[in-house]
Amino acid sequence: MSIDREQIAHIARLARIQTDPAQSDELARDLSRILELAGEMNRFDTDGVAPMSHPHEAELRLRPDSAEPPDEARRDQFQRIAPAARRGLYLAPKVPKLGE
Amino acid sequence: MNAAKWEAVIGLEVHVQLQTAGKIFAPAANAYGADANTQACALSVALPGTLPVMNREAARLAVRFGLAIGAKINRRSLFARKHYFYPDLPKGYQISQYEHPVVGAGHLEIAEEDDDNNGGGVKRIGITRAHLEEDAGKSLHEDFDGMSGIDLNRAGTPLLEIVSEPDLRSPAEAAAYLRALHALVKYLGVSDGNMQEGSFRCDANVSLRRAGASELGTRAEIKNLNSFRFVEKAIAHEIARQTEILESGGAVAQETRLYDADLDQTRPMRSKEDAHDYRYFPDPDLPPLVLDEEFIEAARADLPELPGARKLRFERDFQLPARDAAKLAFDRGFADYFETATAAGADAKTAANWMLGELSAALNRDGLRIEESPLGGAQLAEILARIADRSISGKSAKEVFQAVWRGEGGVDEIINARGLRQITDDSEIENVVARVVAEHPEQAAQYRAGKQKVFGFFVGRVMQASGGKAEPARVNEMLRRALDSE
Amino acid sequence: MTDALHHRSITAHAAALRAGEYSCEELTRHFLARIEKSERLNSLITVTAEGALAQARDADRALRQNGGGAGALAGIPLVHKDLFCTRGVLTSCGSKMLENFISPYDAHIIEKLGAAGAVSLAKSNMDEFAMGASTETSYYGAARNPWDEARVPGGSSGGSAAAVAAGLAAAATASDTGGSIRQPAAFCSLTGIKPSYGRVSRYGMVAFASSLDQGGVIARSAEDAALLLREISGFDARDATSLREEVPDYPNLLNGGGGGGGSPPLSGMTVGLPKEFFGDGVAEDVAAAAQTAAEQLQKLGAKICEVELPNSAAAVPCYYVLAPAEASSNLARFDGIRYGHRAAKYADLNDFYERTRAEGFGAEVKRRLLVGAFVLAAGYYDAYYIKAQKLRRLIAEDFARAFEKCDILAGPTTPQTAFALGEKLGDPVAMYYSDIFTNAVNLAGLPGISIPAGFDRAGLPVGLQLIGRYLDEASLLRAAHQFQLATDWHLRAPENFS
Repeated sequence: MSIDREQIAHIARLARIQTDPAQSDELARDLSRILELAGEMNRFDTDGVAPMSHPHEAELRLRPDSAEPPDEARRDQFQRIAPAARRGLYLAPKVPKLGE
Repeated sequence: MNAAKWEAVIGLEVHVQLQTAGKIFAPAANAYGADANTQACALSVALPGTLPVMNREAARLAVRFGLAIGAKINRRSLFARKHYFYPDLPKGYQISQYEHPVVGAGHLEIAEEDDDNNGGGVKRIGITRAHLEEDAGKSLHEDFDGMSGIDLNRAGTPLLEIVSEPDLRSPAEAAAYLRALHALVKYLGVSDGNMQEGSFRCDANVSLRRAGASELGTRAEIKNLNSFRFVEKAIAHEIARQTEILESGGAVAQETRLYDADLDQTRPMRSKEDAHDYRYFPDPDLPPLVLDEEFIEAARADLPELPGARKLRFERDFQLPARDAAKLAFDRGFADYFETATAAGADAKTAANWMLGELSAALNRDGLRIEESPLGGAQLAEILARIADRSISGKSAKEVFQAVWRGEGGVDEIINARGLRQITDDSEIENVVARVVAEHPEQAAQYRAGKQKVFGFFVGRVMQASGGKAEPARVNEMLRRALDSE
Repeated sequence: MTDALHHRSITAHAAALRAGEYSCEELTRHFLARIEKSERLNSLITVTAEGALAQARDADRALRQNGGGAGALAGIPLVHKDLFCTRGVLTSCGSKMLENFISPYDAHIIEKLGAAGAVSLAKSNMDEFAMGASTETSYYGAARNPWDEARVPGGSSGGSAAAVAAGLAAAATASDTGGSIRQPAAFCSLTGIKPSYGRVSRYGMVAFASSLDQGGVIARSAEDAALLLREISGFDARDATSLREEVPDYPNLLNGGGGGGGSPPLSGMTVGLPKEFFGDGVAEDVAAAAQTAAEQLQKLGAKICEVELPNSAAAVPCYYVLAPAEASSNLARFDGIRYGHRAAKYADLNDFYERTRAEGFGAEVKRRLLVGAFVLAAGYYDAYYIKAQKLRRLIAEDFARAFEKCDILAGPTTPQTAFALGEKLGDPVAMYYSDIFTNAVNLAGLPGISIPAGFDRAGLPVGLQLIGRYLDEASLLRAAHQFQLATDWHLRAPENFS
């Protein structure tokens, strides 16, 4: 199928990726070709076939409940590679409060 | 406004934090109140390359809850990813169960609202499903140069989301259901139920329909209900709001509203630019959760007597009124305390009265849970025994209770130390009565002339003369006899 | 044919190091010197010379003190694909998004190889987040093929393949989501094995498509690959899809099975040739080389039969729905808040996300993230994602049926040999089709290996892909090893790097 600018704007917002308007035609063309490729799936009959989400029939392995103690050194180590952190917190752009 | 014209239809979605040591998919601690991000392990921070591994205890607690509500336990359930971007959701998706929850349909019984004391009137509230998922972190709205602070300690805390059927019909009923659910998860040890710390959180779906109609009206979802009182108030407010809209011929919008406790009102949440599209799909990192018979039977064998059954037993074995039985049975600590006291010989009704009166007041005053009570069930039984054998008066008993509570000593120790033992020896009381009557001939004459009020004067004198230790009932009886006889 | 130090097998190095012919440090310095001279290949992103020398000296000490008790890979210099997290070292995934990501921890594979005594020389170049078949989508620029520097080394593990082919390392770690080990191994005349899904822990391997990703190795020979695979395989409690299976002693199974009592080494093994792998669209020289290789297997005693994989044409469309879907989810964590690139200017939170991700990701990654969001979005989920999952089952069942008739499958790894730099960059779908024979193997979770099987008329390497039953890496390695005992394709080195 081909995909139009409006649909691209929608999925780009879902994926939180800003798109460059100057390249939107090229992007629409590329994405349409990829979806055409995906559309070739319809040449195959899958009636009555169960979807397969895991490559082998495994069951979830459960681990015993345990807890590591709080670890300041680990936090500091992790936050050394953070773009912005202060007083042990990661800093993010102002998060809208519920209801704002 | 004709309230009877409209019927409220209410369903609750409750998020319960499970009482595990570690997180649902990582071994970081799952405790409240640690320093920011000190419980944020590599997975909680969503470092690239990290993977989730499921905590067995979280599965066990979910099954335990499911069995307690008589639900179908799905032998095979599946984790899915629910996608949205938010700074306190580090992976950009929440691992949750979507199409295949671990707990299927069950139910919870609550006391019917108009049923006061005679038991029996129980209403069954359907529970659609309960599923496992992970909690998000917290955004702190305190200002850091125009930025928000993100604490991921809570990220990955195991949650059980319990979804009720739209079976509730009034704010009070919704609150009753929520209380019963709260009591149950605490009772089972599934959750600590601490609402201040967010261990038990509620959203409500509210709609109205014409009385007698069977179709459901358009519903609004109210979020942020973190106390029983707020649930009741917010739903009442929402019913009033929707009634007004419908009465004026309007239509209720399907939306999510937020309850503001300060203003006691709900208001629409910021409308999202794009409608929710969570793009759920099965989490490829987590194969299906398959529970075998052995796992489920072990959880079943481990179930305590459930609150409903315990309540009925209290009514039957102790002849407690339904309301008292419910109050005791629905809180595991109270129920256990009550059983300790009665096992130690306390009269059931008196023990119940003391627990719901003196004991509850003292716990509230000191901010203690019953499990932390400095005065145990056996000690309460001891105090009640001293009342029963007339060693102390009811009034003194309260004094003893408080003294034991403060740790001043054992029951008898305090009775003796404070000289609270009553004089129950009739001849001793008789002597005092005779002396007092003899010392006050004038008042005796007034009494005999019909001035009944003077009787109180004599009681006071006798009590004074006995140092307050004479048993009041005996004093009354003997005074009457002494005064009336002459 | 070369017997240069840098083209020797791991077994040869291990023996020489134990015999004291040269030290681990000398070997490491040798490779480091070659790395320095081969920068034009752009096969490596980060060279960790100091760390490597320290590890080499440790290995020398261990060998001196402990001799035979030292790790199986003591002192063997390797490079690691830059999506394996390495503590204290940049782990970029070939992306601007992670150009400052110094990993605070080691991936399972890195731990295991480190414990076996291997030396880590460098982190290798790759297509951004492993999305590509040419190593051209790397933020750090395209890598080049040592056999023809105007051509791509394949991808996404192109840096690993180029480095090994050029003699910059004894072997390399790599990952394979749709062919990313086997295709570059084929393009660079190397042996690359993608183990069965679950055989090697994915812990610490930055996820692209979690149900398809599998770590593995690119080496000079099946024997080297067997040695490495034994070290990196095995149960890891940190990966819920890691299998609790005994790890076969691969190096000691290379000669097992048939061959006893003077019968040919592959007698008793049936090799199926899927007719779909020899059809239209396969370059003449490639088909011929694969056919010759099959005949060689027959000479070694294997029985050959034709099999059908009727749904194999669905593999590429199916793969390009499922892989982007999972990628769009896995890469949602790159949001500029806890690590990685962050936009400098933004209006609000959403703008912050959109700019951070637009700046941090390259064009191919963005295309796949958008496709992934699309196929999972309400209204399209059933038609694309569910449809693809159903096809995935049909594809897996095709293999199961084929394996009723044969023990392993054989065919060309890729339809063409290495293409020119830039040739397919403007045409994503053409690029996707270079994995036409490898995608299906990941969809079914099966093990696959690519081994050198000759050269085309332009002198470019041709790879033969062998596909095995689930968990039967041993048969693949045995067939590959016996083939390599009888052929010398794998012993050739590119002229400029001999």
